[in-house]
Amino acid sequence: MRVITSDVLIIGAGLAGERTAIACAKEGLDTMILSLVPSRRSHSSAAQGGMQASLGNSVMGKGDNPTVHWLDTVKGSDWGCDQEVARIFADNAPIAMREMAHFGVPWNRVKGGKQQVFIKGKKATIEEDHATEGLITARAFGGTAKWRTCYTADGTGHTVLYTMDNMVLQLGIPVHDRMEALRLIHHDSRCIGAVVRSLRDGELRAYIAKATVIATGGYGRIYGESTNAVINEGSGSWLALQTGIVPLGNMEAVQVHPTGIVPTDILVTEGCRGDGGLLLDVDEYRFMPDYEPEKMELASRDVVSRRMKEHILKGKGVQSDYGEHLWLDLRHLGERHLTTKLREVYDICMYFIGVNPITELVPVRPTQHYSMGGIRVNKDGQAYNLKGLFALGEAACWDMHGFNRLGGNSLAETVVAGMIVGKQVAKYSKKAELNIEVTLAEETAHIERQKIDKLVNGTGKENVYQLRDEIGRLLTKYVHIFRTGEGLQTATAELKKIVARTGDVKVRTSAPGMNPELSIALRIEGMAKQAYVIAKGALDRTESRGAHFREDYPARNDANWLNRTLVRWPVAAEEPQFEYEPVGLLDLPPGDRGYGGGQMIAMEISIADYNRKVDSEQSVKGRLEPSEPTGAKLPKEAWRAELEGKE
Amino acid sequence: MGRTLTFKIFRYNPTLENDQAHIEAYRLEELPRLNLFSALNMIREQQAPDLMFDFVCRAGICGSCAMMINGRPTLACRTLTSDLPDTIELFPLPFFKLLGDLSVDTGVWFRAMGEHLESWIHTQKEFNPEAQEERMDNETAIKIYDSERCIECGCCIAGCATAQVYPDFIGAAGLNRIGRFLFDPRDERGDQEWFELVSTDEGIFGCIGMMACDDVCPKDLPLLEVFSYIRRKVTAMAVK
Repeated sequence: MRVITSDVLIIGAGLAGERTAIACAKEGLDTMILSLVPSRRSHSSAAQGGMQASLGNSVMGKGDNPTVHWLDTVKGSDWGCDQEVARIFADNAPIAMREMAHFGVPWNRVKGGKQQVFIKGKKATIEEDHATEGLITARAFGGTAKWRTCYTADGTGHTVLYTMDNMVLQLGIPVHDRMEALRLIHHDSRCIGAVVRSLRDGELRAYIAKATVIATGGYGRIYGESTNAVINEGSGSWLALQTGIVPLGNMEAVQVHPTGIVPTDILVTEGCRGDGGLLLDVDEYRFMPDYEPEKMELASRDVVSRRMKEHILKGKGVQSDYGEHLWLDLRHLGERHLTTKLREVYDICMYFIGVNPITELVPVRPTQHYSMGGIRVNKDGQAYNLKGLFALGEAACWDMHGFNRLGGNSLAETVVAGMIVGKQVAKYSKKAELNIEVTLAEETAHIERQKIDKLVNGTGKENVYQLRDEIGRLLTKYVHIFRTGEGLQTATAELKKIVARTGDVKVRTSAPGMNPELSIALRIEGMAKQAYVIAKGALDRTESRGAHFREDYPARNDANWLNRTLVRWPVAAEEPQFEYEPVGLLDLPPGDRGYGGGQMIAMEISIADYNRKVDSEQSVKGRLEPSEPTGAKLPKEAWRAELEGKE
Repeated sequence: MGRTLTFKIFRYNPTLENDQAHIEAYRLEELPRLNLFSALNMIREQQAPDLMFDFVCRAGICGSCAMMINGRPTLACRTLTSDLPDTIELFPLPFFKLLGDLSVDTGVWFRAMGEHLESWIHTQKEFNPEAQEERMDNETAIKIYDSERCIECGCCIAGCATAQVYPDFIGAAGLNRIGRFLFDPRDERGDQEWFELVSTDEGIFGCIGMMACDDVCPKDLPLLEVFSYIRRKVTAMAVK
């Protein structure tokens, strides 16, 4: 078996992985990136709307600062996030945007003078200050107090990824594309690399490094109906779960985006509503102001999706061959706006569903979009329980999003976390030794070889595509916007059976090379087990928080559930093990989000008592010691000045 | 009654010893609004488990799925069968290395092109995290973005007569990339550097102006405008 060594091994060539690679290469470390696809095809490229950062250059962003951004993020998370991590993010986001400008991103800029815009659905005129002309501008997004989302038309992920990949070229960082990591190589709580299968010719190789970084994106495709790219099947979180010792965090926290188009489930950006788009029902009536008088179409995604579903259940959906949907009205934005600032959206509507958004309504419905859950890491990005393993971006639960992330916060997270975690990966790698344990690598590869042999030559009877479809159907039906104990019981019971059936898969072709059926067959156990922990986590969490909404437990319960779910699946165990840890230090006390309505059950202990146990309880759960003490980056009550200034 | 579609698909697996390139036919009942992403997956899942092709975003954004569809290079994901006749011929893009069936290695070619053109901002300035960003007028930003929108699908190269006979030609995608950096005031490369890069047969003088690239570009990039800008720029450099 070929063994390839480097100081740092990064799995995933999207924005999070590449920014980490740049941080390491700039420190002189030998850095290697693996990717399922050519780097520029990574799912980061599909992000449309933008990145939140409180630059406050536009007149609509006046008075913005990291504290205001942090407040929006904590409320958006329904207090499920780690407030210190949200703070690290909000503080560094402006720097990250400017750095990307320095690297070459053509951010849209402030244009001085009067501009016609839409605010809360109504035409308005704003006047941009000539003094800020030429600085990075921003648009409105959901759940934000200010216009804060930096953008390049509606191709933000594309331009930022291309710019980042240009830096990767400049620094000469190799990207081995069409490579899939199948299993981490680790022993004695130390990760030394991964066994990797080439999707070009099927070869198994070992990549060995001082530090291994997982930046593989989310697990949305497990739902089947998803806005995600076809490669987002949770392959990175599976690598961690498979170790038996690294926990995944908050896997039941799954975001459903309000505007997937019908059919095809392709996303049209939240920027559509940020720029003035409206949601209409079967009577072409604008219903959101009735539910959310303050934020209207621009409440957080969990809330807007829930309201849409609620409205459909009232009989106000539009019937179609592809099920019920609602309308997104962009007509009033006009041709110029739709063919420039929302051009990708225009193309998607025209090509995929034959709808011209300049003159016609766009059929939309809430669709699975984002994985708040992922590999649980400390604030430096180090995985729990396994030295030498890091994770970031959507693959990780860092955890700045809690139970609902704001639009524009995940694309920004990739770059900010890349800066922060990248620094820590470099620091770690400089001190660590390279352990080229070929025997261990061979043993690890042997497990995969046996698996492949069984799939190709075994006596199994299951069809992998059928299992995949059954998993997606169960999650979409029972673990979606509205969840009930009964539905989740059914889902977990069925998924448990599917987990067992994944051991009985047989592929129909032994063709060497890429063998696409074998590739998905190698992933199916991970997909089934992750589906199971998503459903089980949702079943056990008897409260409603952010995107996790239980009809039978509609209140957010801060007395019992102000915590983060951790799940590990010990090797060879029948059942995964669930544990809970405090979300992190609380600075902003749990309160009302300002949208979404809903009931709350208050904490029974004081914030001081809650905070006292954070460090020790997380440590017991396997959190490695971060480079700075817990709370070092969380200024006490900085929010008071903002909230009191407002009142 | 829906149509029965016949897909004639180029098949060849280079990792199989003695495999012969051939065409195989698959039949599929047409569904409303069926696109080639769904159609090819249905064929693979039901009829040809070893069929190789590439999709990632399946939304016309990532550039993975370009192929020859009834003789024309375009994105498969956003091609609807309702716009095609009963018989649909699918071939891999020419020019690029064939990985198998409809899958070609565009990634490696585009990376090499980017390295050759040094496709990054050349600047002596260091990033200062404390400082405000440098200003740029919005029109310049939009102009850069208009070229930056290229998704590296390879359709322009597949449709290019020059590229087929002269494999070192950087193609429309390469020229467009040069345009993107030429427009960008942050790139400090001087006339001499640009001139050496562009005024060659691999560069702008390789283009014989047939402009099939412009016809087939799925993102409607302003290629004509970019090429004439580069030509003007190079001519001016030569005169200097």
